Order: sequence, then C-alpha cells, then structure tokens
Amino acid sequence: MQSSQGSALPARAGAPAVQAHELTKTYPGDVTALSGMSLTVEAGTVFGLLGPNGAGKSTTVKILTTLARPDSGSATVAGHDALRHPDRVRRAIGVVAQKSGADPMATGRENLQLQGRLYGLRGTDLTRRVDELLERFDLAEAGKRQVKGYSGGMQRRLDVALGLVHRPEVLFLDEPTTGLDPEARTAMWDEIARLAGDEGLTILLTTHYLEEADRLAERIAIVDRGRVVVEGTPDALKGELRGDAVHLELRAQAQDADVLRAALAALPGVHEVLIDGRRISVRTEDGAAAVPALLAALERAGAAVAAATVARPSLDDVYLRYAGRRFSEAEAAHDTPHAELVTAGGAR
Amino acid sequence: MNTMTESLAQNWFMTQRQLKVIVRQPAYLVMMLVQPAIWLFLFGNLFKKVVELGGFGTTTYLDYLVPGIVVMSALSSSMWAGMGTLEEIERGTLNRFLTTPVSRGALMNANVVQNGVSTALQSVIIVLLGKLGGADYPGGITGLVVLILASVLLGAIFGALSNAMGMLVRQRESIIGVNTFLMLPLTFLSTAFMAPAQMPGWMQSIADWNPVNWAMVVGRSAMADNPDWGLVLSRGGGLLVLTVVAVWLSTRTFRSYQKSV
Ligand SMILES: Nc1ncnc2c1ncn2[C@@H]1O[C@H](COP(=O)(O)OP(=O)(O)O)[C@@H](O)[C@H]1O
Ligand SMILES: [Mg+2]
Repeated sequence: MQSSQGSALPARAGAPAVQAHELTKTYPGDVTALSGMSLTVEAGTVFGLLGPNGAGKSTTVKILTTLARPDSGSATVAGHDALRHPDRVRRAIGVVAQKSGADPMATGRENLQLQGRLYGLRGTDLTRRVDELLERFDLAEAGKRQVKGYSGGMQRRLDVALGLVHRPEVLFLDEPTTGLDPEARTAMWDEIARLAGDEGLTILLTTHYLEEADRLAERIAIVDRGRVVVEGTPDALKGELRGDAVHLELRAQAQDADVLRAALAALPGVHEVLIDGRRISVRTEDGAAAVPALLAALERAGAAVAAATVARPSLDDVYLRYAGRRFSEAEAAHDTPHAELVTAGGAR
Repeated sequence: MNTMTESLAQNWFMTQRQLKVIVRQPAYLVMMLVQPAIWLFLFGNLFKKVVELGGFGTTTYLDYLVPGIVVMSALSSSMWAGMGTLEEIERGTLNRFLTTPVSRGALMNANVVQNGVSTALQSVIIVLLGKLGGADYPGGITGLVVLILASVLLGAIFGALSNAMGMLVRQRESIIGVNTFLMLPLTFLSTAFMAPAQMPGWMQSIADWNPVNWAMVVGRSAMADNPDWGLVLSRGGGLLVLTVVAVWLSTRTFRSYQKSV
C-alpha cells in the first residue's frame, strides 16, 4: 500500500527531469541489455533515444518507469529516486510502452476512466479529463467501442492518451510509431510535436527510425549495445560530419583494405574513410564532385566498383561513425530486420 | 483521500475491470456452466449404482455427487487463471498497471475476488441443477453456504498458484501441462465420486492430505443431516491457511517478475 500523498513535489527548478547514471542490466541467460547507460533529459525538452532493435532502449525505459530494476547504477525521474521511491516516480510520469497495454475487452473510455481513477481522479474531474482526451486524440466516437476492434493507429493514440490522463510531468514514449502505417505515423508525429509544445511536459522518446528522432527530438542520444555512444542535437551531430558521404560498393572484397584506405585518404577533400568488407564509406567535401577522383583512385588500386551513391550526412552516418557499424547491420545482427529503417535513414 | 480508502478503492476498480471481462465473454460463461452440467449428468448416471455399496450417507448418488462436482468445477476453472495473467503480460496490460500508483496487492486481490465471484456463481448453478435433478440437501441453506465458501477458498488457492505460475514461467504450455497432469489425480484422489469407506486404504490416506478433498469434506459435513462442525472447522481452517499462503506467494511473484521483465 502506498501513500497517495507526498508525491506531488515538483522537480526542483532547473534540475534535469530525467537522469540515469551508469545503469547496467543483465537478463537471465547472460543477455547484457545495458552496459553503463547514462543520460540526462532537461525539463521541458524532447529527448530521443535512438538505436537499433536490441540496443537497450526499452530496458532503459522500463528502469526509468520503475518497472524493472537495474543491476547497478542510479536513476532520478522528476526529482525522485526511481529505485528508492518508485511510488513517487509513478505519480509523476506517464508511460506509453512499446506494447500497447490497453485492455482490449474494455472500451476506450473505460480504459481511460480506470487509468484516471488509479491516479486518484474522480467524478466530474475524471469525466472532463476523459472527454478532453478522447476529443483530442480523435477517439470521441471510438471511445464507446471495445478496444479490440481498434486499428493500430487508434490503439496507439489511446495508449498516448492513457499516458496523459493524470497530466504527468514526464512522458515516456517507447517506439510510439513502430508498426504504424505512414499516414498514422505522420499523424502521431504531429501529435507528439504538439505535446512537446505543451507547457512543461518533458518527453523521453525512443525510436529506431532515424527520421523520427531527427524530426521530433531536440536532443538525441544514439544507443548501441546498452550504452550511449554519442549525444547532441540532431544538427550538431550531423554537423560534426563535415561534407558529404559517398558510399561505394566493390565488386569483390578488398584485397588489402589498408592500401585502399591510404589511396582514398590521400585524395584532396577526403576527411574519413571506413572500409567494411565490400562497402566503403568516404566522408568528403562536395561528394558529387569527388566521385570521379574516388573511382579513379580505386581503379588504380585494383578495386572494381559496382555502385556509388552520394548522400548528405544523415543520422545513419552519425551512427556509423560512432557505433562503427551501419544501423541496418546492427538491426540484422539482432535478427529483426526492419526494411523501413534503411529508407527512413537514407531518404535525406 | 486517506490511504485505507484509496487502497480499498483501488481493489474495487481492479476487481470491477476483471468482472467486466468475464461478463463480456458469454462463451466463457456458457462453458463455465455447461461443463459442470455435463459432469453432473455423466458421472451421476455412470456411478448411480455405487451408492448401493454403502458408506455414502445417502441412498441417492446425486445427493453425494453434487458437492463433489461443485468442488471439482471450482478446481478446474481456477486452475486456468494463469492463462489470463499470461495474456495480460503479453499484451502489456500488467506492465501498464505496474507503472501506475496501483498497489500490487490490489492487482492480485482483483484476480482473487473475480475468481471467487465466478466460483460462487458456478457453485450456485450446480447446486440448482442438482436440485432440478432431484438431489436432496438435508443440511439446508447453511450447509450450502459452507459448501460454496469452501469451493471459493479452493478456487482462490489454485487461482493464485496458477497466476503465480503464469508470471514465473510465462509459457502457456507449462500451465497446460501442469493442469492436465494435476486435474485428474487431484479429483480422483478425493472423495468426489466415491465414499471414503469404498476407497483403497492408500487412496484414503492421500485424500486426507488433498486440499481438494478438504473442500469436499467441509461441504459434505456441513450439508449433512447432522453436521460435523469439528471437521468443517479443521479442514476449512486448512483451506483458509492455504489460501493466505497462496495469495501471499503470488503477490511475492511480482518481485521475480520485476527481475525478468
Ligand atoms: N525480458 C527480457 N528477458 C530477456 N532478455 C531481454 C528481455 N528484455 C530485453 N531483453 C534483451 O535485452 C536486450 C535489449 O533489449 P531492449 O531493451 O528491448 O532493446 P530495444 O528496446 O532497444 O530494442 C536485447 O538483447 C533483448 O533481447
Ligand atoms: Mg524496444
């Protein structure tokens, strides 16, 4: 039994809304989910946790939302210690988990009412709040029906509404658009952007869509293998990568990667060369103009090129640079390929 | 709101939700009622003549059978409670509740109360069906109430254990396996169909330790012409203790669930 009071203490002004310090977590079977996850989310901002499947995003969210306990490390949410005072944290946060969590046998309205009651809302306050949310998430009609008949988009909107019933200080959104069709995804993006505009709401969002993080988050942390590999604003992250990316695909595996690397790095304007089997990524000034010289250099080194593409820096490139592998490869390594991911990241 | 009222309110909200789920699954309700009716009919006819062997305390087998079927039905429907919990886990509903201020106790109690209500309802229907079939209940309303209470307790024990198992092993197959394995031995190593006097000695000894049998003993003793209240109290007390232990255990499993979530 928990106290229903003494929890509404607002986070101290200026203090971060969420702080995780060196969280580690190993699941039974020796699966390392987190290996030193640290992050800080300033109050009133949207923070994106970006990473491929299996990177540890959901585990981080589960710990911060008091569902799971880390093996070591500490976490503060809305000014409360998540490990020592989970009950206080629960009152201050809204959670939209990766899995829906709505009761399919109940109507949308009943789901919201129950959720509100669990936070102590009663009577007309509750009714008003539920009406307001149903309206806002375009569920006014659907609210009368059982959730099991909802479309994916409707269900996700209800999930977000459930997370907002009690006007939380911090909202956790774990992959809010995964599995939605493009139309529903765009609508959800608009909704999240609107929420972010709401006074004071802090949002921690996880996603494996590069585009989503780029679009919604003010700050992004790229997660790989259970820890943050780099963090910053999307622009700063992309800006760190000077020039364009030229991706080259060889006909055959490079004989001697070092020779190729040296040959390419010697060209004017080339900042960085990454060779990974048959794939070469070159960071260079004015990519389009650099392609002929790159091809010629490879030719001289005896490597035949099958394809070449030029891209403006994307978060995929940031990921490649800091995690040392491509987003799509990291996904494949986790054995859950997501085809959309490649296009989402490569579209820019 | 003070803590006590809030806690009671939470228990009520969660229970209400569970009851709605049951009411909205008419197929489930029908099954819950049709199955005991079939048992009553089949076993009632199959074993009709065993009553002539003596030791049943009645000359009509149906009189003897009704409490047996009531308890057997309580067992068989409660054993599957873990399936519901498993579904809630897979769907993410349990996790959603666990991140709200609702207490773990309220979550578990809701299961127990819902289970109790369905068991009581089912028991009443079986008693009525028995009456329609011509069964006699010499212990009157008191006896019947005690029988229903005993079956509710038994349902709570197995419901709580099933829930705990759902949360711990998280596999449908395990629940199915354990239930199929336990259901028949638990029923046949009891006095559900056969008077103790007609059972082999070793079976009687096992039945003495079988909580399913305790529930039947409690029911039958209270329903007799001349109730043996000592027996009702001792076996009923045993059921009560087991209920408390099982519910406590299943609430504890939230902790191990939290480790694996
Ligand atoms: N409940 C669990 N039991 C065992 N392993 C888990 C569990 N949850 C996650 N994992 C493992 O931990 C790692 C991180 O998972 P997760 O945090 O879900 O990643 P993400 O959300 O970034 O896809 C993965 O290897 C995953 O398989
Ligand atoms: Mg995840």
